[in-house]
This record gives sequence, C-alpha cells and structure tokens, in this order.
Amino acid sequence: MSNHVIVPVRTYYLIFLTLMVCTAITVAVAFVDLGRLNAVVAMTIAVLKATLVVLFFMHVKYSTRLTWAVVIGSVFWLGILIVMTAGDYLTRRWSTYG
Amino acid sequence: MPEIPAVAHERGHHHHHHPAALAHHFEDLGQQSEAATLGMWVFLVTEVLFFGGLFTAYSIYRAWYPDAFAVASHELDITLGATNTAVLITSSLTMALAVHAAQLGERGKVLIFLALTMVLGAAFLGIKSVEYYEKFVEHHVPGPNFQFDEKYFKNAQIFFSLYFVMTGLHALHMIIGLGIMTWMFIWSWNGTITREYSNPIEVSGLYWHFVDIVWIFLFPLLYLIGRHVHV
Repeated sequence: MSNHVIVPVRTYYLIFLTLMVCTAITVAVAFVDLGRLNAVVAMTIAVLKATLVVLFFMHVKYSTRLTWAVVIGSVFWLGILIVMTAGDYLTRRWSTYG
Repeated sequence: MPEIPAVAHERGHHHHHHPAALAHHFEDLGQQSEAATLGMWVFLVTEVLFFGGLFTAYSIYRAWYPDAFAVASHELDITLGATNTAVLITSSLTMALAVHAAQLGERGKVLIFLALTMVLGAAFLGIKSVEYYEKFVEHHVPGPNFQFDEKYFKNAQIFFSLYFVMTGLHALHMIIGLGIMTWMFIWSWNGTITREYSNPIEVSGLYWHFVDIVWIFLFPLLYLIGRHVHV
C-alpha cells in the first residue's frame, strides 16, 4: 500500500537538485537560438521535471496499479484533447494568420 | 436478505478495534488511505483536463500568431519567472518533507515544513503580484487601456488574455493550496494528524505538487519558448 512506503529523505533532496538543475538548463537554453528546437527542448525538460515530481514527490512510483491507471489515463485523455483539437484547427483554411 | 447488512454491522462493531480516525465505512486505515489517495488522483485528472483546455487554446493561438506571441512573450520578466519556478520547486521539497515527517509521526517537523511550504507559496504569490503590477503600469492588460506595437495590437491581446487567465487560475489554485495547508497545520497542531493517520497530509501534498507541475509547464510556454522567433 502506498501509505506504507516511506521514501528516504535523500531521494527527495536528489529529486529537488535534479529539478533545480533542469530549471537552470531550460532557462540557459532559452537564450540560445535553436530555431524550432527551442520549443522542443523546453517542453522535453518540462515533461521530464513533471515526471520526476509525479513519480517521487507524489509517490506514484510506490503506488498501487490502480493509481498508475488513473495517472496514465489522465495523460491519455489530455493527449486526445490536444491532438484532436489541434488536428482540427490547424488543418482548416479559415485560420487567419498574422 | 437482511442478514448481509446485519453481519457487516456486527463485524464493524465487535470484531475490530476502531482507531479514532477510521471512518465507519472503511475496513481499516490502510483501505481508508488508499481510497482518499485515489479520490484525490481522480480529482487531479479533472484538473489536468481543466488546465488542458487552456494549454490547448494557447498552443493553437501560438501556432496561428507566432510573431505576436513572440513579441508579447518578450515583455514578461524572465528573471522573476525563473525565480518563481525555483520558489515553487523548493516548496514542493518542503511539502514532500512534511509528508515524510508526518509518516514518521514527527509532529514538530511536520509543523515546520508545512509553515515553510506556506511561506514559499506566499512568496510565489508576492512575486506574481509584482509582475501583475508591472503589466498594469505598462498597459499590457487586455481591454480598453491596452497599449502595444500597432502591428501586433490585436493578437498580443490574445497572448496577454491567455497569460492572465492561465497564471490567474494557477494563482487561485495556490491560494486554495495555502488554505489547505493552513487546515493541515491546525490538524497537525491539535493532534488530529498522527503517525497512523498521516494520510491527510499526503493527499494535500498531491494537490500542492500538482499545482507545481502546472507551473512547470506555464513557465517555459509563457516566458521561454518565444525568445527567438524572428520577426
């Protein structure tokens, strides 16, 4: 059971350090012109940071399969929301650029 | 047929020792914690989709008006944004440490880490208000007093509308989080939270970390990725 696993404090500090380093990297990269890759790098780092928070700070790594199913389900539905909506809007002619 | 509830009733009252924190409809504290944790996660799924709608709107408008979004994004203060990111990540650490202390029944540490979490949360809101104030002074709030480069006047307002709605909704969640932390502080203070009944701190922590995650995405989208779109 999730509430019976006590995560060692060292793990929390390690995750905290990683999150801070990732923040520093993402800010530094923002000042370098990578063209379209800027957005890709920034979002990849954001997803990595969010995953670390979910797995360790939110204890999902140590949680039941039911919790895993709910967490993965939320990402899946978010994917449907974004992909289907963007797929519609971005392929229509009436989008007014500029 | 009436025998089934009768049996459950008997088991509930005579065969088990009931900890004070155990609600009547749960078998034991472990099951109760599982249910509470799962309940919070299900709520967070609805929150993911709630914010997800705004993230979708942002992505589509950014794809439509990349130049206006880049120019408007440059008006945000990257130093204040980065500082707030660090503040919020640190508050997630103190929150995790509060949960850890609660699981070990270390009441003093729970109180200290909850207080630190609240101080950091308040600091975030303070920095955010400084940013909002600057936007008011610069006339970058969408509406009749909006002032901006004529070329991007219309579409920059879309960026700032999304900026205020997304960060405003996030700030509202922070304020609610501070309320929950106050509640948890009182419960820890008066002894409601014990080593056996630390789950309320854990469940509150899930909410706090979720709000942190929302900011982890807001920061790069609003402050960072528009830096190098060439106009």
